[in-house]
Amino acid sequence: MANKLICQMGLPSSMAKIFAARNITTAKALALMEDRVRSGGHLPTSLRGLDEALCGGIPVGALTELVGPSGIGKTQFCLKLSLLATLPACYGGLNGRVIYIDTESKFSSRRMIEIGENSFPQIFQSEGLAQKMAGRIIVIRPTSLSDFTQSLQQMKLTLLQNEVKLIIVDSMAALISGDIERSTTGPRQHPLRWPLSFLKSIAEFSQIPVVVTNQVRSQSNDESLRYPFQGQTNDTCENTVRLESHLIAALGIQWAHGVNIRLVFEAHSGHRFIKVAKSPLSRAVAFPFIVESSGISLLSDEGTDVSGPEISRIHCQGHNIFAQ
Amino acid sequence: MEIANLPIPPSQRAKLLAAGYTTFSSLSSISPSQLSRGAQTAWDMLSEEQMQKHITTGCEDLDAILGGGIHCKEVTEVGGVPGIGKTQFGIQLAINVQIPVAYGGHGGKAVYIDTEGSFMVERAYQIAEGCVSDILDSFTDHNRDFSACQDKLQPNSFLANIFYFRVCSYTEQIAVINYLENFLTEQKDVKIIIIDSVTFHFRQDFDDLALRTRVLGGMSLKLMKLAKTHNLAVVLLNQVTTKFTEGSFQLTLALGDSWSHSCTNRVILYWNGNDRYAYIDKSPSLPSASAPFSVTGKGIRNATSHCKRVRMM
Repeated sequence: MANKLICQMGLPSSMAKIFAARNITTAKALALMEDRVRSGGHLPTSLRGLDEALCGGIPVGALTELVGPSGIGKTQFCLKLSLLATLPACYGGLNGRVIYIDTESKFSSRRMIEIGENSFPQIFQSEGLAQKMAGRIIVIRPTSLSDFTQSLQQMKLTLLQNEVKLIIVDSMAALISGDIERSTTGPRQHPLRWPLSFLKSIAEFSQIPVVVTNQVRSQSNDESLRYPFQGQTNDTCENTVRLESHLIAALGIQWAHGVNIRLVFEAHSGHRFIKVAKSPLSRAVAFPFIVESSGISLLSDEGTDVSGPEISRIHCQGHNIFAQ
Repeated sequence: MEIANLPIPPSQRAKLLAAGYTTFSSLSSISPSQLSRGAQTAWDMLSEEQMQKHITTGCEDLDAILGGGIHCKEVTEVGGVPGIGKTQFGIQLAINVQIPVAYGGHGGKAVYIDTEGSFMVERAYQIAEGCVSDILDSFTDHNRDFSACQDKLQPNSFLANIFYFRVCSYTEQIAVINYLENFLTEQKDVKIIIIDSVTFHFRQDFDDLALRTRVLGGMSLKLMKLAKTHNLAVVLLNQVTTKFTEGSFQLTLALGDSWSHSCTNRVILYWNGNDRYAYIDKSPSLPSASAPFSVTGKGIRNATSHCKRVRMM
């Protein structure tokens, strides 16, 4: 019975239509697994340690967030991912188009070609291929939140017409001017709530990965948030002077719930790290990385485990772009 | 003697006929409580409850403060900050409910309603493998013949018993819950319904909050009815938000105050230092207590090393 499609059961037609439109079937989890194995439900990032931690790479049908201080390498990672998605399957790519929504005008085609030439020289040496790969990346530059919302709405048509295999939004936080308001009365409406659910439903519907980037903001003292039953912080030494700047991800806790995977880019102890801060698939691990001509590469494929409040904390210490 | 000829008020006669009693003799052996169709004495309920098995969470400390595990016939809400392990908890319960009866479990099936896309099937496979290996480890020294059950102990068969629904809007969420009434009459083995998370679409799509409260209230009543009629557990995973109380911002579960009344039990997962803890925030029969747990490659397990004490609040 569970293998029957819902639209074949005697449901009222209005309900059946909704189910059919959204492809809801009484899928057993085993069938999901078989589908996943068959269609390769991941976009490999070419960073072996990260791919292993994420059981294959950036997952399809889910929203992945990259968050970190400015200049740390999020856009470089996005450029590499968009390149990987355009490559043919024999090179580990998705062989499809990419929609790159660039809100801060940071997309650099020259840099992307440079990454391509250095990571896949055999493909990029031949003239026509570089043009073909770059031609598969569609760059949209919305200038405001309403512009962005409009381009999202039109995206469904683009998705159907072209073989889009990856959507990147770089960055989400730039569209929101100022902080998410913290009002003392009543619930707040998060300005990005519609784009969030729209991006997730697109990811699910088209079975593609969606990657968004986020910024950081500094953490004020009243933000060591606790539940009422936890009582006051009895640890007074926590409130003494912090030597490093403490940063947290922007866009608030409602956004943090909405993303499926969160990769934190941070810098401390003289290195930069990619930390898997939220993932249903893996424990919190951090990998050191560097940015070089071929994009991002990991210094070590063995991650270090992270636990507790360290997972959500973002360090920005010793990160000096002039000291490269 | 026919009921139709009895000198009783017509409304009572109609009710007896509607219930199927046509002759006087059919009534002679019925007790008042059976006739009242649904009301039970507290003593009957107690004996029923004592026979109920609970669904283990995989962590002994957590089972202990929950009184054995997640209760059937009740709605339990589990909330926590992002990344604390709510989805892990949900997947672990979906696997643990399938532990065969011979090994002390329910041998049932699970319904997993995913509103956020956080159910990763590879992780469910890992947790199923972990569950199977733990069962085999703890039962190796028994002499009883478990070979028949051991065929069922394949991770793939665990996955095959999880009915997975992915919903993308609040109307779909309500439609699926309505659909479950029919689904459960056909699939009688389902012992747990997990909704991960119940909050997501209700925070995104609603502008009219009074409407939201009404819709949520209706949904929670339906879920309670499903839990009671089909004797299964309902676990709702919830998100957190900040609330300004007593002069400062504090964490609280989302969806508002009216929703907080809807669930029978509430468990909050939180960070205490570097460890994950679970706290019983609301329960009709259990005292407030918190217990540590950890999320391992095999799923939810006991906390490692130093923090083993269950703390009573």
